[in-house]
Amino acid sequence: MRATFVASEVGTGLRRNLTMTLAVIITVAVSLGLFGASLLVRAQVSTMKDFWYDKVEVSIFLCSKGSDTPSCAGGAVTNAQRDQIEADLESLRPLVEDIYYESKAEAYARFQEQFKNSPIVDNVTENALPESFRVKLSDPTKYDVVASAFAGRPGIEQVNDQRQILDKFFRLLGGLQLIALLIAMSMLIVTVLLIVNTMRVAAFSRRRETSIMRLVGASNFYIQLPFLLEAALAAGLGALLAIGTLIASKAILIDQVLAPSFQFTAFVGWDAVAGIAPLMLLTGVGLAGLAAFFTLRKYLRV
Amino acid sequence: MILFDHVTKVYASSQARPALDDVSLEIEKGEFIFLVGPSGSGKSTFLRLVLREERPTRGQVWVLGKELNRLSNWKIPAMRRQIGTVFQDFRLLPNKTVFENVAFALEVIGKPSSHIKKVVPEVLEVVGLEGKEGRRPDELSGGEQQRVAIARAFVNRPMLLIADEPTGNLDPGTSIGIMKLLDRINKLGTTVVMSTHDSQIVDQMRRRVIELEAGHVVRDQSRGVYGYAR
Repeated sequence: MRATFVASEVGTGLRRNLTMTLAVIITVAVSLGLFGASLLVRAQVSTMKDFWYDKVEVSIFLCSKGSDTPSCAGGAVTNAQRDQIEADLESLRPLVEDIYYESKAEAYARFQEQFKNSPIVDNVTENALPESFRVKLSDPTKYDVVASAFAGRPGIEQVNDQRQILDKFFRLLGGLQLIALLIAMSMLIVTVLLIVNTMRVAAFSRRRETSIMRLVGASNFYIQLPFLLEAALAAGLGALLAIGTLIASKAILIDQVLAPSFQFTAFVGWDAVAGIAPLMLLTGVGLAGLAAFFTLRKYLRV
Repeated sequence: MILFDHVTKVYASSQARPALDDVSLEIEKGEFIFLVGPSGSGKSTFLRLVLREERPTRGQVWVLGKELNRLSNWKIPAMRRQIGTVFQDFRLLPNKTVFENVAFALEVIGKPSSHIKKVVPEVLEVVGLEGKEGRRPDELSGGEQQRVAIARAFVNRPMLLIADEPTGNLDPGTSIGIMKLLDRINKLGTTVVMSTHDSQIVDQMRRRVIELEAGHVVRDQSRGVYGYAR
């Protein structure tokens, strides 16, 4: 194996095919950039889920005097009903992790705090707000267990899952991620086709060399290696460009722009970027290598 | 060295007439063979079968003690390293010097550069190109270019040299020089199989002549001439 010889062959090949090489670098960069972005959005969704699901609660609103749902036909919740509900919640441990009772007074204080800048506060009295149990689940996805146990019981006006509101938002993000992933996939297909063509052109422009190599008994590996390295090098450069963009997006777009304006939620950390970057490099170089390998098998036969 | 055992080659594009039809012959180590016959008689097919660029439709081709049909693909490069090839159109790399063109054949089979620096000048001396190492092919005459090609084919000291009309592009005077070189290589122990249309050369050299016509061996004669009727 003559490393310097192979390196000089690769250099010659890349220079001779400069426009095609540039095209490969750019398409690889764009497709892997989208690929990385979609993975980053997925990581973001999962970060937010961890963050929010940890905080969401199931709210069990109890009947107050004016409630008009059928389960409140008996008027405001009685002490016995309230005690029974609490006991039943206790029996659902360990699914039920935390139980917190919020009285009308506490609900009113919280309401005032939440809407302190809004005139609506003045129109709401303490009595208009229901008392409630705030329940935190160890597994927020098992909301149904609580809902089926308590919804419609006498004394309970409504069972609310905050998760359902969040899920709409996450579904939106998930949809965006899917679109980015689909575009990334079609771009990757374009990239593979481009690499296939680039390899055909490269094999054709060096047919003189390769025919001589075959005649003097160079192994297939030796004949194909410069081409494979060219494809891998171009794809690797494109992947590095895409990774650079991803790091810049994390450092500038997320850390400097988004995070300060949306302080109430969590954003993906550098560990996600560190996980995605090698995957991008591997995908780019691997796809290019495979595309080149199968093209060359067809065009550079012994 | 080479053994054809009832070899028939039919190309897919011309089902009607085989390029070689039931050819059997043997070439011994150290021989110098002229392969003659009109265009389309099967000379090139014969050489391509020896190089395993084609496989026979029927029959067996033995080269250097191996039956080529049974030789797996990855062993072909090793086999070709023992065979030198020279063509009518020289097949040199135009952007490489004489030295680099010969060295290329060694580089691509992974020989170390110390070995290359030693053997390339030696072989250039054998073919009579000492002092022209730095020239490019377009600065050389046709005869000199063919000498570079022969140097490249011979630099590995192959057991067998295949020459496909090596003097086809050269004038008679230059051709004689090339033939003397091939004769010298033959005397160094390499078996030479050369296809040619050049009756003068064949008549002068008086070596074994195998004549093909329409895929058949019509004459196999030691110390032969190009043709009876010429």
